[in-house]
Amino acid sequence: MNDTEMNREGMDSENKGNKRKKEKNHSTQLTKQEEFVRKHRRHHHEIASWRTIIFVLFLILWEVSADLKWIDSFFFSSPSRVARCFVEQLQYNALLSHIGITLLETLLSFLLVLLLSMLISTLLWHSSKLSEILEPYLVVLNSLPKSALAPLFIVWLGTGAKTIIVAGMSVAVFGSIISFYTGFQQVDAEKITLVYTLGGSRRDAFFKVVFPGSIPILLSTAKVNIGLALVGVIIGEFLAARRGLGYLIIYGSQVFQLDMVITSIIVLCIIALGFYKAIQMIEHQIKIQFKM
Amino acid sequence: MRNILELKNIGYSYHSLHGETIALKDISFGVQEGEFIAIVGPSGCGKSTLLSIIAGLLAPEQGTIVVNNPDGSLHYPKIGYMLQRDHLFEWRTVYRNVILGLELNHKMTKENLDKVDALLTDYGLDKFRDKRPSELSGGMKQRAALIRTLALEPQLLLLDEPFSALDYQTRLFVSADICRLIRAAGKTMIIITHDLAEAISLADRIIVLSGRPAVVKNQMSVNLTISDESPLAARNAPEFQQYFNRLWEDMTHE
Repeated sequence: MNDTEMNREGMDSENKGNKRKKEKNHSTQLTKQEEFVRKHRRHHHEIASWRTIIFVLFLILWEVSADLKWIDSFFFSSPSRVARCFVEQLQYNALLSHIGITLLETLLSFLLVLLLSMLISTLLWHSSKLSEILEPYLVVLNSLPKSALAPLFIVWLGTGAKTIIVAGMSVAVFGSIISFYTGFQQVDAEKITLVYTLGGSRRDAFFKVVFPGSIPILLSTAKVNIGLALVGVIIGEFLAARRGLGYLIIYGSQVFQLDMVITSIIVLCIIALGFYKAIQMIEHQIKIQFKM
Repeated sequence: MRNILELKNIGYSYHSLHGETIALKDISFGVQEGEFIAIVGPSGCGKSTLLSIIAGLLAPEQGTIVVNNPDGSLHYPKIGYMLQRDHLFEWRTVYRNVILGLELNHKMTKENLDKVDALLTDYGLDKFRDKRPSELSGGMKQRAALIRTLALEPQLLLLDEPFSALDYQTRLFVSADICRLIRAAGKTMIIITHDLAEAISLADRIIVLSGRPAVVKNQMSVNLTISDESPLAARNAPEFQQYFNRLWEDMTHE
């Protein structure tokens, strides 16, 4: 078989593929395709409606049981009390600035975690001896409950944004280093050999193979990290802040304004959802960029 | 024909806490310019280790490789290495994959890129240059991998079972196709294979290695009367069966 025959074979199979597709579009297959698309859409609508129904039912049940005194709305609040509290907080207590502070601190600690764990995991990849030496330390630090460290951070760094950002980072950073490093190591060793056979250096191996090859793992780790950073920031705010949602929750519980606590928790839910969606969008964009 | 490389008493061992495993022992043979050599041997006998040593990825523990360039210079011939799988990077387009070697060696000159363009056209990959590797057929991927190797203009090509990931039918065509292209480019080639028929149909000379520790058990020149280089024709040559039987004897008798 020669060169042109090879090509012909390639093109033949392509043509066959196209023909098959065309047949589908032109004959009785058409309705099947439509049916499939409709089924797919119906499925998605169904999922979305159930999600909404559960949410609305929950709100109604909560409101009704508070109105009928099945639960004490002083302790358990109610959707209407939450809405009122939300508006009050907006007007008299600068709720937006509390939200803004928490958001800012979370984003900062998230970005610092990404940067730091990228640097350290690259270093670990570069020196397998270093990674072998540091492994037990990383494992211990990762499994240590970080809230136990928060009091120390307060003493060392005072009660300010610095402490809270460090608290946020402490929750995510060790796990993130471990995930990044594991991701780097899982890259096919033969692909690295390939770079060497083409005359590349270890640095080339990292930038041409290891890093681009681990992007999916980097993204999924980032998704986990933003949530963990939020956890750490709230822990920090519990202990060391005068502003932020964590502070509102602690303050609300101390003055027995449980409406304030529950409103803040609901705002936190919305923030967590927002972060998740944002990362998902970034992930989608990167995947388009790299056609993954 | 002169030898461009001469392996002299090459030995190599793998070391672990449980002891030493001798992989290669006293391996000596020459490589002639423009020659196609197939190395066959039982699996795990150290064929890949030998290729890594020739490629300069591993240093031999014993023995030397003597360089004998036509122009009398002493620099090691430029090596092109093809691995068992194509290893095209999915995050790069076909074009960005085939220029990887040029990129790594900072040789992205107009001249070199023009050569790559010519190869892409010659090998029928031109219209796939902006596609992703996953959109190519198995044979086209191997051709892209070959362009990536040839872009650096190696003198000696080392192929480590480069077709073993392909299904049998594709493999017959692709192996003949790739070897024809390498011959056309006037390169010297050493290919590792465990497929005796493939070795006979592709190579000028076959080197048979023994099981571990590997020594050169036999060397045999292949002269087929049918040499239009189509794999099926070569397999139909009257001498084919004799070569096959001799190889089989070598491989099975310790």
